[in-house]
Amino acid sequence: MEIVNITKSYDSSFVKQVEKESGQNMSLCYQCGNCTAGCPYTFVYDQPVNQIMRLVQAGQKETVLKSKSLWLCATCESCTTRCPNNIDVAHIMDVLRHMARREGYAPVPTVKSFWDSFLSSVEKNGRVFEIGLLVSYIAKTGRFWTDVDLGPKVLPKGKMHFKPPQIQGKEEVQKIFNRFKEESQK
Amino acid sequence: MSDSLNYAYYPGCSGTGTSIEYDMSTRAICAKLGITLNEVPDWSCCGSTPAHTVDHTLSSALSARNLALVEKMNLDTAVTPCPSCLTNLKTATHRMSKDEFRDDVNKLLDTPYNGGVDTKSVLQILVEDMGLDALKAKAVKPLKGLKVAAYYGCIMNRPPEVMNFDDPEHPMAMDNILTALGATVLPFPLKVECCGASFGIPRKDIVMSLSGKLLDAAEDIGAEALVTACPLCQMNLDLRQDQINSANGAKHNIPVFYYTQLIGLALGIDEKELGIDKLCVSPRTVINGIGAEDAS
Repeated sequence: MEIVNITKSYDSSFVKQVEKESGQNMSLCYQCGNCTAGCPYTFVYDQPVNQIMRLVQAGQKETVLKSKSLWLCATCESCTTRCPNNIDVAHIMDVLRHMARREGYAPVPTVKSFWDSFLSSVEKNGRVFEIGLLVSYIAKTGRFWTDVDLGPKVLPKGKMHFKPPQIQGKEEVQKIFNRFKEESQK
Repeated sequence: MSDSLNYAYYPGCSGTGTSIEYDMSTRAICAKLGITLNEVPDWSCCGSTPAHTVDHTLSSALSARNLALVEKMNLDTAVTPCPSCLTNLKTATHRMSKDEFRDDVNKLLDTPYNGGVDTKSVLQILVEDMGLDALKAKAVKPLKGLKVAAYYGCIMNRPPEVMNFDDPEHPMAMDNILTALGATVLPFPLKVECCGASFGIPRKDIVMSLSGKLLDAAEDIGAEALVTACPLCQMNLDLRQDQINSANGAKHNIPVFYYTQLIGLALGIDEKELGIDKLCVSPRTVINGIGAEDAS
């Protein structure tokens, strides 16, 4: 881990904001490392989860929000389940992702594109349209050969639909998204 | 069977597509066991993981629309087979117990949700409401000789304060059901490790590594099949098994059942009705081996 000079770069408002949005007390983390020990994703993280916790305590806003780890956390809840101080670590990771989105950081663009494609599919159809989701993801990322080998396995089994699902409440779901966007601009 | 086994049923999006055999086998076993599943009319997506990575109010509103529909059905319990749907429905309920959060969520909805619905997994109602003895009593074709590893995935039981079912580190619900039905359930050390979740598309390397470990461990303990309770886990381990073999230089050929399919076989339900033919890695040899010890 790089050396951080906190006398110059401590951002107290960042710590307060994380605590407010997550409802967690950051100072309870005493760096036992249990979250990292149980995290299945440490092998692809740039900052292990205990270091993310420490960097938040140290008010290192930019380092935290630009971390790839936030986008590679799958919310498997190992960290939250095993924290000896009952800190909801997975909730903090979620809140940090929200903040990173707001500040325009997306250091793992394929993951963001996938999540965004998923949500646009829900917004448009009320339910996920799996083939539509894949097409939208490919259009966003240009990854044409992603999983092309799986087509012959899935299609003959009739597990994928070629038409989007139709539900009556489609517009109600669209309204949820519209109101959310209006509320977030307030 | 008593009237109490009557629930609102939330299939979840994958239940209409990539995990259709989970939905089929769930409906088939419940019908056979006298459990009434009333599909929530016009249900919509819970938002899954992508919604909560964007915003918690949005995520809870997508779940709460469905819970409000259940309230209208005058049923007190909603059940779902999918752990991801379950975790979203339960987390929404949990967070909406705070007035301020509930008001924010309801601002996004046409119909406000007041919070009177309990949510459970199908697995939970089988062990808690139906009970192992009742289940065992209905079995006509015991799963004798079948050696399996029961894999729960990461979020069926976690975090414990929200999920409130079984053990977060060492769940036993599937182990106990399958044992009661005659199968040999081997101790599986990775039963709650994550399979790589939805990273199969944006970061395939992650799934190759994490699901690869699960298949290695299942083979190491001598399991003939893996048994799952999660559509995403099943898809990663079954549909992607060839990709995993290529990526890791492995030669796994392990069928991956939904636990509901194995219950269905034990109850004597036709394979077609359980969607056995929808599995990618052929379970033929393993199914043919069930009860073979008796015959010899």
